[in-house]
Order: sequence, then structure tokens, then C-alpha cells
Amino acid sequence: MTELVIIGGGPAGMSAALAAYENGIRDILILERDERLGGILQQCIHNGFGLHRFGEELTGPEYAWRYEERVRELGIPVKLNTMVLDISVDKVITATNPTDGIFQIQAKAVILAMGCRERSRGALNIAGTRPAGVYSAGTAQKLVNMKGFMPGKKVVILGSGDIGLIMARRMSLEGAEVKAVCELMPYSGGLARNIEQCLNDFNIPLLLSHTVVKIHGKKRVEGVTIAKVDEKGKLIKETMQFIECDTLLLSVGLIPENELTKSAGIDINQITNGADVTQSRETSVPGVFACGNVLHVHDLVDYVSEEAEIAGKNAALYIKGELKNDVDIPIETDGKIRYSVPQRITQKKDTKVFFRVANVYENAEIKVYSGNEVIFKTRKPKVAPGEMQCITLKEDQLKNAKKLKIGLEVL
Amino acid sequence: MYDVAIIGGGVVGGMLARTLSSYKLKICILEKENDVAMGASKANSAIVHAGFDAEPGTIKAKLNVKGSEMMEQTAKELGVKYKKNGSLVVGFSDEDKKKIEELYDRGVKNGVRELSILDSEELHTLEPNVSPDAVCALNAPTGAIVCPYELTIAAIGNAMDNGADLKVNFEVSKINKVGAGFEMVSSNSDKVNAAYVVNAAGIYADAVAAMVCETDIHIHPRRGEYVLLDKTSGKVVSHTVFRTPSAMGKGILVTPTVDGNLLLGPTAEEIEDKNDTATTADGLSTVLIRCTETTTGINLRDTITSFCGLRAVGNTGDFIINSTEEHFINAAGIESPGLSASPAIAEYITEMLKDMGLELIKKEDFNPIRKPAHHFREASVAEKNRMIAKNRAYGRIICRCEGVSEGEIRDAIRTNPPARDLDGVKRRTRAQMGRCQGGFCMPYITEILSEELGVSYDSITKNGGSSKLMTGKTKEDCEI
Repeated sequence: MTELVIIGGGPAGMSAALAAYENGIRDILILERDERLGGILQQCIHNGFGLHRFGEELTGPEYAWRYEERVRELGIPVKLNTMVLDISVDKVITATNPTDGIFQIQAKAVILAMGCRERSRGALNIAGTRPAGVYSAGTAQKLVNMKGFMPGKKVVILGSGDIGLIMARRMSLEGAEVKAVCELMPYSGGLARNIEQCLNDFNIPLLLSHTVVKIHGKKRVEGVTIAKVDEKGKLIKETMQFIECDTLLLSVGLIPENELTKSAGIDINQITNGADVTQSRETSVPGVFACGNVLHVHDLVDYVSEEAEIAGKNAALYIKGELKNDVDIPIETDGKIRYSVPQRITQKKDTKVFFRVANVYENAEIKVYSGNEVIFKTRKPKVAPGEMQCITLKEDQLKNAKKLKIGLEVL
Repeated sequence: MYDVAIIGGGVVGGMLARTLSSYKLKICILEKENDVAMGASKANSAIVHAGFDAEPGTIKAKLNVKGSEMMEQTAKELGVKYKKNGSLVVGFSDEDKKKIEELYDRGVKNGVRELSILDSEELHTLEPNVSPDAVCALNAPTGAIVCPYELTIAAIGNAMDNGADLKVNFEVSKINKVGAGFEMVSSNSDKVNAAYVVNAAGIYADAVAAMVCETDIHIHPRRGEYVLLDKTSGKVVSHTVFRTPSAMGKGILVTPTVDGNLLLGPTAEEIEDKNDTATTADGLSTVLIRCTETTTGINLRDTITSFCGLRAVGNTGDFIINSTEEHFINAAGIESPGLSASPAIAEYITEMLKDMGLELIKKEDFNPIRKPAHHFREASVAEKNRMIAKNRAYGRIICRCEGVSEGEIRDAIRTNPPARDLDGVKRRTRAQMGRCQGGFCMPYITEILSEELGVSYDSITKNGGSSKLMTGKTKEDCEI
């Protein structure tokens, strides 16, 4: 029996481990599939991490090291090269690695911190050939930043998610020609600062309401056909144009990796593709917590760390038998708000609620309703799907709440 | 000098090589690509057809039924996944019903066993996700599924284990008659001599036949596009569900695969270009629309990839298995049900070779058994742990989506026929075939390939030739 098993040694897993340690738990085990801790941050060698947490602009590896160093100092056990194969409903974890073979651990509490994966070409059904030279932006990032190889020289990027934007700059700095970034939506899914620093500063055109309709080239990409889409997302045939390139990078969305979560019988939210959680980040299976990109996709690692600390602290309380849920207040969203995390409030105390909007709205008013009563409201000059929002509900605002709904109105 | 050279490393060539490797013969397979199973054998519906489609009396009908009966045993020997999941041909109208009755009669004439016609209620009891609009179905319990590239790779691997040679990147560009035999010259001017030659060149079988003598064989490609769904959708149906066929083929089907995915397709489009395996927006959307007509409960958000295959359609309506020159046999126009018929085609051609004078003496040490590529995955935990203790690489998972270990990837590069590129590893191990489509594991597999093959990281290809994955090192052009 291990008190706390944390699945994933990226920023979420490490933050959660440290928080559990600080809350008195010593019997902790981090299981990490890679050969090092740090997760995807290892390949994010650009800066901009930690502005909120540390007031500094760190690179990904630097940010990860702040946590890894502490994990090492405290002597928190880590198993590297270890893939978790299954989590059972009663928290038996089956994993494999080269030294232990296949082994099982009974955990008292589990924190899920497995991160997310990139949506692939196949999921988009882009027509055309299937040559070498089509990569997800994250794969290209790994090849360039960790392996030291160029995936191509003439690049078109589909999707303006943050990794795509970062890779537009990276590839340019490495001497490749980034011909265009195409974005299906009329707005970018990435952070405003990345559009500025990664595209505008490098004169890379961002083609909004554009998509790749066909991939050309038998053995290696020789070009792509792109086209504009109308307001309904329908292709405008007359706008089709061929762009010669040897590489197509895809930055078309991230999907929380919840195969293990499902094997444990945990309820999954249809919108976030992550578990449904309480404000303690506890899932529908008591004693199993989730945090970071496996719960919902974040744009800033600072928020991942913050969320993981909540999970770590509450897992510690659970292990000590001190995690008490006294109410069950579901949080609904109105559609203009796509989702919220947490999805339920189980303790009447000050609670940060994170959420994403479904579209770009200017002059928006965010209101939280308890029944017909507005218990909280705030105004935002501009909100966009690419930037996660956060509000704090005070204990006294939750006093009479039974069911909450978050809505958005454009003023 | 080989006794027999087989041109084409597809399922027909592969099965034939395996059958011939049981005799005391020197055999060689000549394959133009970097790997075997690179044509229609890697992109088809993966169905072992019961045999009710083909016109009674044709070679197609005879070899389909026989091949289908042989397939279960063949797959077992080769360690290839095979499942007799049964086929259903569903009808939506009186007209369809008439056609289904015809198919039933035809099937009975062809010798297909256990056929029956189901009414709507029986159909929906058997397969609840078939559209409620379906009124009847032909039920063929002997229909099965198999993985076509796994079968081809295993057949060629088994032939090689029994002494056959495989030459990849050998594109036959010229055939010279030398004495009673032939000299095959490749586009790189390599040469192979053989006393007997079998042309199993798939879509190029007409061109190869014409290298020896004038023939009236003509092959044209019929494009078929497919969409593959995640394993989370693999249980929508348990049978292979066909629509009532038309002149253009057996229609768009919905079927589970032996690996637990759901496969939708194919379209049928006559094209000219034998290289054109591109998918089209129209084709993919046709697949999706047609499938949701026959079956409910398909979640298209589960799509993980789409692909396209070219059926080698001959000009006679039947398989063209003949000899146009002494000691030279064509296996041309082997469109569907070529996969199903392949074990029988191999026997048929072996008999033809014998009749032509090839001496067939059984090898005492012929081993029909091939260790399954998925032997590790299917072992018990205790057995897996014994294997990991002996070889640590089995404990390190490289492909997280399909749970493929480093050990299995190294096996694929070391086992006949060895994987030499990323796609080769994929087809042998399933690494990169899951929901992330290689996003995470591709850099690691590339590394393993480069170690095993003893070549640089950036020379690894996706599927041979100019399909290099990297264009060079970073900072390569920088001067210091």
C-alpha cells in the first residue's frame, strides 16, 4: 500500500507531490513514463513561463527544474520510464518499466497528472496523400529542441494554437521559411502575446478563416492547398490556392489523455474531455484527484501548478481522513461559457473557478447565478477562447447556493 | 539462379512464396518498394469474404470459397489475428431484397456454407446498431476478418524463415528471356535470374506481363477510400455490415477490425493514375454519409485516420491467372476477394508450376509456424515478466496508445521480413497506429531504427525512397 501515487511527473505531477508533502504526506510515489521529470516543459525552451508564479520569464526546463529540484531535495520517490497500464476502480495501479517489469501498487489516493496529446491529421480528415513531412507542432518541437533535427525547411502551419505559434518562431530562428499560419476560426486560439512575438515579429502571415484542404506529395510533402472558409466554416472553392512547402505542422487542438481515467470508471466531462471534479479536484471516484492538462487544457503552466497544488493538498487531506464534503453544488455554464473547472462545489469556502468562453466577446459581463439571483458579476473588455478566465467566489456568496450557473452577456 | 522468382511482395506473392518455400526450391520475391505489402495489400477492407459475390463458375468464385476455408488455419500457423465475425448484407428495399436472394442463390451454388436470409427483427437482434430502416439481410457466418498487411508480412516472413529471399527496392523494369528462364533487370540495373517467374505485381501486373510478350491483360486502378475509427468505437457492430452491392462493388461497409478498431469504406472510383492513392474530400464525405445510413451509433469524432487503396481491376471480370509464355505465370486482376482467395491462389499457381515441369519435392524441415508478432502483448503477466527480466526492452513502453514496447519494436526490425522504415514498424507492431498517430513515439521509433540499422537519425524514412522524415540537423548550415 502506498499512500499517494501520482501518475505523471510533469509540472502538474511535481506540484501536486510537493503540495502533498507540505501537507504532511511522506509516502508518495511519482510514476513518470519518460526518462526524465518535467513532461512537455522539457522541450519548451522558449521563455515566458512563470510570470504569474515567480514574476520571472523562465524557459520551460527552468520552470520545471524549480519543481524537480525540490522533489529531489525532499527525496520524494520517482519511478522513471514507467508506464501506467491500468488503474482499477479500487485504486490498484498496474504499471511497467524495464527494471521492475509489470507491477501493481495499491494506493490510498491517486492524483492523475498525465497531461494531454495533440489532435492528429487523421482526426481532421484532411484529404490528399500521406507523405513524410506532416507533423504535429509538438512532435516538431521535440525533434528540433531535443533531438537537434529539422523536420523541414519550407513550412505551413495549420492551427494557431500556442505550440503552433511558438514553432513558427522556432522554425524561423532555425532558418526555415514559415510561409503561413492558417486558422480555421476567425480568431486565433493562441495567446495574444504569442501572435505578436512569434508571428508579427517575424512577418509570418496569419490567415484567419483559412484551412488546409489537401496535402500533396507522394513520398515527402510537396505542397498544400489552402482555402478560405465562410462564417459557417464552409469552404469557398474560388479561394483555393496551392502553397509549395515540404512540411505541414498541425496545431489543431489538445486532448486530455484520459484513457486511464476511463479505466478507473471515472466520469468524464464531454466538453473538457477530462474528469468532472469538485473544487478539491477530486473526481467521481473518492480519493482519485486530477490536475493539469489531463483535467482540462491550460494555456499557462502557472495555472497548472496552482491547480496541482489544490489537488495535492486535498489528496493529503483525504489520506488523513480530513477531506469533508458538506454540500454538492453543481456549476452549469450557459454555452457562451463552454465549461468551468471545478464542475461542482462541495465545500462552502472561497473558491476560484476557471472557465473558457466559446467565442471572442468584447465588453462582456460574466455573471454567476444561484437560481435567479446574481451572486457575482464582473466585466471584461475582451475574452477569447484561447485565454482561460478565472473568477473567485467568496464563501458568503455561496452561502445560500444550491445550483450555480455561469453566464456571459455582451453589453 | 533461382528456381522461381515472384514479382510483387503483396498478399498473392507472399502466400505463393510461403507455399513454394515448403518445397526444395530456391525462391526470390522481388518488391519495388522498401517493404512488403505496400500496394492493395495494405489498404483494403480486411475481409475474408464468404464467397457469395462471385459469379458461379469463375476462378474467382472457386478460389474465394476455397481460400476462405483455408484462411483460418493459415492465419493460425502464421500467428496472424483472424476472427470469424460473420458478414451481413443489409437491404433497405424490395429491390435490395431481390438482390439479396440472388446473392443467397449464388452463394449456395458457389458452395458457401451456413447462409441464411434474415428478416428485420432477426437482423436487429443480431446487430442492434444496424439502421432501423433495414428490412432484411443476407447472413454469412463464415465471413471473417483478418489484418491484410499482417498476413502478408507473416507469409513472407515465414517463407524467408524457410529459405526464400526477399529483394526490396527491386523494381522490375525489364525481363529478358535467357534460355528456358528469365533475367529480371531492376531500375537500378540489378539482375536476378530465375527458371520460372510469377507475375504478382498487382496494379502493375499488365506492365510486367508486357515485358515478356504481348498480352491483352489490362489493369486499371479503382480507388477506395477508408476512414478508421478509434477502438472506443470498435464495438458499434460485431459483424461486417455490407450494403446490397451494385455494379461498382460491394458498397461501403462498416466492420470491426481484428485489432478492435472500426473501419468504414471503401468508395469505388475508376481512375487512370496508378500512383494516385490520395484521399479526396468528396470520397471521405461519401464514406461518412453512407456509413451513417447503414449503421447508427458511429461517433465520427473518434476518427483517427483515413487512407486510400487501389484495387487492381482486370479487364475480364475474373481473376486473370494464366501463362502467356512458357515458364511465366500471371496472377493479374486480383481485386476483391483477392485477400480471401490468396491461400487458394497460391495452391492453384503451385499446381500450374508443377504442370509446367517444376519439380516439387517436399522439404522435411519446412516449418509452417511463425511466431506471432504480437506474442509479447498476448502473454500472461508472469510470462511477460519473465521476458522483461531476460530483455529489459520489453518493459519500456514506446507507443503509449497501443502499448507497444521497445522490445517489440526491436523484434520487428530483427525479424523476417525486417522493418526498415517508420511505416514498416507501424504495420508490424501497431506503434503509431493509435489515437495520437505517432505524435509522441515517432521520435523514439526513429531513434531505435537508426540504432538497429546503423544509420544516422536523419536518414530514416517514413516508407523508403525520398520519404525522409528530417531535412537535416539544426544549425547545419551555420558557419562558426
